[in-house]
Amino acid sequence: MPRNRAAPFILGAGGLAAFLAVWQVAPSVGLVSSTLLPKPSDIPAAFAAEVRNGLWLEAVGLSLGHYLLGLLCGGTAGVALGIASGMSVRFELSLAWIVRVLRPIPGLAWVPFAILWFGVEQSAAVFIIAIGVFWIVFFASQGAIRGVDRELIEVADAFGFTGAFAKLRKVMLPAALPGILVGLRTALGQAWMSVVAAELFGVAGLGQRMTQASSLLATDIVVVYMLTIAALYGAMDTLFVFVQGRLLAYRP
Amino acid sequence: MSDAIVSIRDLALGFDQGGTRHEVLRHLDLDVPRGEFLAIVGSSGVGKSTLLRVLMGLSPPSAGRVEIRPSRKAERTAALVFQDARLLPWRRVTANVAFGLERLNLSGAERRDRALQALARVGLREHGGRWPHQLSGGQRQRVALARALCVKPELLLMDEPFSALDAPTREGLQDEVVRIWRDQGVTVLFVTHDIDEAVYLADRVIALGGKPGEVRSSLPIDVERPRRRGDPRLQVLAEKIKRDLSAEAASREDWSI
Ligand SMILES: Nc1ncnc2c1ncn2[C@@H]1O[C@H](COP(=O)(O)OP(=O)(O)O)[C@@H](O)[C@H]1O
Ligand SMILES: [Mg+2]
Repeated sequence: MPRNRAAPFILGAGGLAAFLAVWQVAPSVGLVSSTLLPKPSDIPAAFAAEVRNGLWLEAVGLSLGHYLLGLLCGGTAGVALGIASGMSVRFELSLAWIVRVLRPIPGLAWVPFAILWFGVEQSAAVFIIAIGVFWIVFFASQGAIRGVDRELIEVADAFGFTGAFAKLRKVMLPAALPGILVGLRTALGQAWMSVVAAELFGVAGLGQRMTQASSLLATDIVVVYMLTIAALYGAMDTLFVFVQGRLLAYRP
Repeated sequence: MSDAIVSIRDLALGFDQGGTRHEVLRHLDLDVPRGEFLAIVGSSGVGKSTLLRVLMGLSPPSAGRVEIRPSRKAERTAALVFQDARLLPWRRVTANVAFGLERLNLSGAERRDRALQALARVGLREHGGRWPHQLSGGQRQRVALARALCVKPELLLMDEPFSALDAPTREGLQDEVVRIWRDQGVTVLFVTHDIDEAVYLADRVIALGGKPGEVRSSLPIDVERPRRRGDPRLQVLAEKIKRDLSAEAASREDWSI
């Protein structure tokens, strides 16, 4: 077990350094061709060039927009329907087969409809991202509401909060919050995967830029955007964990 | 009885379980005079909690009449203290105590004042800013008591509230409940399976027994207050109730063979 507070950081940095070292050495000693796998030392220059010609900032701005809107739409719908179906067995039963039909359809399969409905527009990408987010958040919220301790719900009843809405607000929602947040956090990562997929068919963003670069075998640029996604995700997740810690400060 | 705050006539209650009807209580009559400290004893599963749930309006009886007559237009007639404190873990202590007030048309400051008063009454005024998990079991149960008192109930229902606590903590809380009962003029229905606790606290002890459960005996505890633990008169009364209940349990075992 790490004994001091710096230990987790040192271990993490050490692991990352080892990873980069292996990655650097493999193409250098000819283990793989550097077209197939660019060296990490090539990346900063590729990154600087992408930033200089303005493509990086534009792609990131657009994708971030798709990402946040998709997260917002899918997350809101997922939380709302998840809670409703978690609270009402009738509602859940009436959704059961709709869910079974729609759930297994991958986000990419929606692309033709997204284009028909929205055109090759930002909203099409948002739609595809939102679908992926929706299912994760829907099931997490439904499970979290279903799992609320009955004894706590009884406390609401005992103190006169008998209506469904009063119960939801006073007991069920706060009790389900940890589970809902776990779903949202999973969706945070899933949504970046969907961003790349959603931008494959022509909506501008870093997914599109990655496709262009790979068709030109500019693998260093592809890696620049892979790392960009990792950095953006890392920042989002860190922020999320911070907010989550605030919201769940009551826990030991 | 005209001055009864609770009167129950011929109450019956059962559950349907896998197609068979499972009767929990039947032919239950009970009058509780206003201001009485009534203890209800009986073995586990006899229906004590169910009876309290009926009085709280949480379970509808299948037959009979349950009347609760508040003397004034009360904000809330009855409040319940559960066996496990059941505090809401995401609320600080003060907010837990104020929980029942949020239905009422009070300002935030008024709610806070009343919650702090109730907390002071159970000796936890300094702990209002803590989270429930930062309290001991006894303190949590005190907060649950404050939460119930905070809505100014005329009828305080307590369901084995101290059974999970160690003896010194339990005895401290017992004395606190007696003090609150005396000061507030509230009627208390105190469910316990600890017969010594029942006779020490109550004006009257009723024993539930049988399956389905009925009132088997009703014994006034005519011992003046303040009482002394281990008073021989209390011991005699406790022995009598224990004898009644063990005869009862023995006859039930015969049945189940
Ligand atoms: N919701 C319920 N559904 C079915 N049976 C129940 C329910 N609640 C209580 N019971 C049954 O009623 C009986 C009395 O329970 P309870 O009132 O909790 O007993 P006590 O508090 O005296 O230990 C038990 O046999 C229990 O299994
Ligand atoms: Mg019980």
